[in-house]
Amino acid sequence: MVSAGSADRYLPDTVQESVKILVVGDFGVGKTTMIGSVSEIEPLRTEETMTQASVGVDDLAGLEGKATTTVAMDFGRITLSPGMALYLFGTPGQQRFWDLWAGLSEGAVGALVLIDTRRLEGSFEVLDQLELRGDLPFAVAVNVFPDSRRHSSEALREALDLRPDTPIVECDARNRNSSLDSLITLVQHAFEKVSA
Amino acid sequence: MSGQGGGDYRDSAVRPYVLTQGRARPTRNTIGLDTLLVVADPQKPLPISASRQERALLRMCRRLLSLAEAAAHLDLPLSVATILASDLVDSGHLTARSRIPEVARPSHETLKEVLDGLRRLR
Repeated sequence: MVSAGSADRYLPDTVQESVKILVVGDFGVGKTTMIGSVSEIEPLRTEETMTQASVGVDDLAGLEGKATTTVAMDFGRITLSPGMALYLFGTPGQQRFWDLWAGLSEGAVGALVLIDTRRLEGSFEVLDQLELRGDLPFAVAVNVFPDSRRHSSEALREALDLRPDTPIVECDARNRNSSLDSLITLVQHAFEKVSA
Repeated sequence: MSGQGGGDYRDSAVRPYVLTQGRARPTRNTIGLDTLLVVADPQKPLPISASRQERALLRMCRRLLSLAEAAAHLDLPLSVATILASDLVDSGHLTARSRIPEVARPSHETLKEVLDGLRRLR
């Protein structure tokens, strides 16, 4: 990982096209770790403002009287070729953030859903939502933590109620090649969907 | 690294609408997180009335950078940076590159280039 001093924060002027992938998952599942493992810049943090109306009623505790709340998103960048840059945006998966997705998913290659098998229930909502939307290609990457119990991908597919064609891969979000493999799986899937 | 809940929320003393002169939406919806921005004409000065944030954004984009990066470096909320960038594109100070039309997915060719690029990194 290269640090993002002001000298190397800029893109080569040859870059004409940018694409983005959403890395979706619960807090603490390893989104920023994964982004950091492949990003050429130190992951950056940006904030989007959400109006209170977008915040789910179940999560208003402590937010009374606030007009807006902000959601932090960490992101990274990979210059894929002289002409193209890829951005990876870490996006919280919980229902109260879905309004945010409408904008984020516009024109995106797809979403990589990062899950922790110790807390599978945190992934059901987001997977349901992605299947309902149907327009955004997605793949599931299981971040294998040292104390994770190992499950076969078939058992996980069943537990998560995934469609047969939704790719599912194991990964170690700290490992660059492993994270790249997960991204390749997603882009391959998106590519096949467009080609079909 | 995201914290467990609490650290992901923040409230600011300066309301976003102050920076955008009351506007909640950009003048054009063609600028997204990954839109690449670069100064259009380094010789073209900003009007005297330009805000500190607009000046900072234009300075940040003296070379090629995405909207999200410019916003993060300047510590501006994305929604505010989007409105300011949109104004600067309208006024001919900034050039925006590469916005895939909303709803549309990247083309077959684009996806192929992404795939090849990622594979080269392995």
